[in-house]
Amino acid sequence: MSIIQIQKVSKFYADHTALDKVSFDVPKGCIFGLLGPNGAGKTSLIRIINQITAPDEGQILFNGNPLTKDHIKQIGYLPEERGLYKKMTVYDQLIYFARLRGMDTSAAKKTINEWLEKFEATTWKKKKIEELSKGMQQKIQFIVTVMHNPSFIILDEPFTGFDPKNTQLIKDEIENLRNQGASIMLSTHRMENVEAICDNVVLLNKANVVAQGTVMDVRNSLKDNTYSLTYRGELKATQFTGIDIKENVQKDGNTTLLFTYNDKPDIQLLNNPLIQISEYREVIPSMQEVFLTLTDSSHE
Amino acid sequence: MNNIGIITGREYFSRVKKKSFILMTLLTPLLITAFYGIIIWVSVGQTNSAENQNIVVVDRSGVFINDLVAPENIVFIAQENYTVDQLITADSIDALVSIPQDYTVNQPLALKYESMTSLSVNNSSRIERAFTDVVRNKKLTKLGVNKAAIDSLQTTVVLQQFKVKEDGSTKSSNIAINTGLGMALAFMIYFFIFLYGVQVMKGVIEEKTNRIVELIVSTVKPFQLMMGKVLGIALVGLTQLTIWIVLTGILMAVVGVIVGLNMGDMKELQNVSNNPGIANVDINQLQFVSDFLALPLAKIFGVFLFFFMGGYLFYGALFAAIGSAVDSETDTQQFMLPITMPLIFSIAISFSIVVGDPNGTLAAWMSIIPLTSPVTMMVRLPFMDESHNWQIYLSIMVMLLSIFGAIAVAGKIYRTGILMYGKKVSYKELAKWLFYKN
Repeated sequence: MSIIQIQKVSKFYADHTALDKVSFDVPKGCIFGLLGPNGAGKTSLIRIINQITAPDEGQILFNGNPLTKDHIKQIGYLPEERGLYKKMTVYDQLIYFARLRGMDTSAAKKTINEWLEKFEATTWKKKKIEELSKGMQQKIQFIVTVMHNPSFIILDEPFTGFDPKNTQLIKDEIENLRNQGASIMLSTHRMENVEAICDNVVLLNKANVVAQGTVMDVRNSLKDNTYSLTYRGELKATQFTGIDIKENVQKDGNTTLLFTYNDKPDIQLLNNPLIQISEYREVIPSMQEVFLTLTDSSHE
Repeated sequence: MNNIGIITGREYFSRVKKKSFILMTLLTPLLITAFYGIIIWVSVGQTNSAENQNIVVVDRSGVFINDLVAPENIVFIAQENYTVDQLITADSIDALVSIPQDYTVNQPLALKYESMTSLSVNNSSRIERAFTDVVRNKKLTKLGVNKAAIDSLQTTVVLQQFKVKEDGSTKSSNIAINTGLGMALAFMIYFFIFLYGVQVMKGVIEEKTNRIVELIVSTVKPFQLMMGKVLGIALVGLTQLTIWIVLTGILMAVVGVIVGLNMGDMKELQNVSNNPGIANVDINQLQFVSDFLALPLAKIFGVFLFFFMGGYLFYGALFAAIGSAVDSETDTQQFMLPITMPLIFSIAISFSIVVGDPNGTLAAWMSIIPLTSPVTMMVRLPFMDESHNWQIYLSIMVMLLSIFGAIAVAGKIYRTGILMYGKKVSYKELAKWLFYKN
């Protein structure tokens, strides 16, 4: 079951195409990575899902129904360009946004207090936004995004401005939200975070989808049967048979070989008595490598 | 609609809670009252409690000395001889008027006035009149006019105007009051449109530069955000206006009592004016009050309120559109001009040409065209009678349509503009935005 289905969505601007018949599904209850280089069309797509702009072609389904204004209250949005009223107090600001999202004031107060406690921020209530540090402001912005208990949450670069401790806090919160049933769309350039928390991803490049699936699927799709073997021993690399060595690195008495099998994988070589193996694995490209490979312009 | 209410509330309360708002709202009536109080105090003080001026008159010609009548607050002291040295040493003498020996009624010469302080215009003319009266009376006597006849000539003629209506009834009319009231109301509207229109623009720019707008328009329609802001700031203006009127009224009443312009004085004035035998310049003051009350005040206030709000809504929407099209306040110049020019034009022409001919063709057109009508209509209003009502209705209709038009146009520009960053926008670009689908 999908929470969001993007169906052949296109968006044209005067001088360029932002999205060109983009289609993909965001499964329910997952953390979904929306990836792509700058200008790939991510922000355009996010704005369309948020109904800030409308698509020129195609449609978007929310829980199987065409997306309408009624769905706005079920969506939480953390824009990449953060913004809060600088002269308003934390509390007034949170109440204001909660009311705009349709919460009544008493329910809003309860939820806001819970979130402020969770982020150890209850003492900031009466402070103006401009008096807070950047990290604190980011936490308030995160609360604004999730306090109305949305079933679909869009987070655009949620980790910027956070130190490692708070990055972890936010990661944990994102996973909590997913575990409580929310679906999360995460747009980020930090591929290590994608590997750490995303279940599914879609990779956009130049207005088109270039890869989609689970993180493992996408990574696997780019693997080229390369294996890595690290060992100690007298055996020279050239003495192996049936493999095609791509790289041979000597370090601290360890030898690491990157190779492909000439035929099918033959683990006989692992039984060679002349070597002590410390690591043997199939090389699967990291998301970073997937990203670089698929968005490299020379690759088209 | 609910969202517009929430946004209006935020715009309103975040502004009226500001210290600068509270300060300005409370201080302005104090300043107005203080200003008003000082004027009254000075004028009342001058007539009631000014010290008598003691003026020595050395009349070597003998023309004046027996017939000179001193005006109020001035005492003429006849002396045979008096020198400037005496004047300098004498504390109680303020001035010395010397009349040359060869002065005759038929050959008037200049009289010498010597004093250590300069003469006020008011006193100068009063002293001159006292001397002139003597000469004139003497001439009249020579011509055979008796004293009683001369006294009866002492009359001031006041031109009291009446406006005649079609049904034949008359109503007194006073150009000074009409002009003053019209200009005051026009200036208030002009001031309000500028002050609060710019606030709308600044508010939009703040949201845009803060990038908060992306978050808000993911929840509400840009149009709702714009309207909430325009309405919220309008309420701030109305609040301020109401507090100003109420506070100024209370303070003025208090000041009136303190400086002694109480009802007793007014009664006295009324008695004086009811007695046609006595000519009194103060008749003007009472006439002033009654002429003011004779104006159709309810109509004027109603039309004022409409154009106060209407003018602001019309211009406020345009200010919002400008704010959305630029990245910072410094970029607003080129778009401000077409909005500020008609406003400045309307006040400049209204305060010169329209005041001179309030029911002329130019005045009529300017009070119908929405860019100038809020200001021009106010200047015209006290001069308009029932026969001009159709112009007021027409102007109100045009204004209403223009407000909707301006809001529709501004909404379209706003919708595209608020999400457009880092782009120098031209008029051509703005025109294109009007036709964007979404």
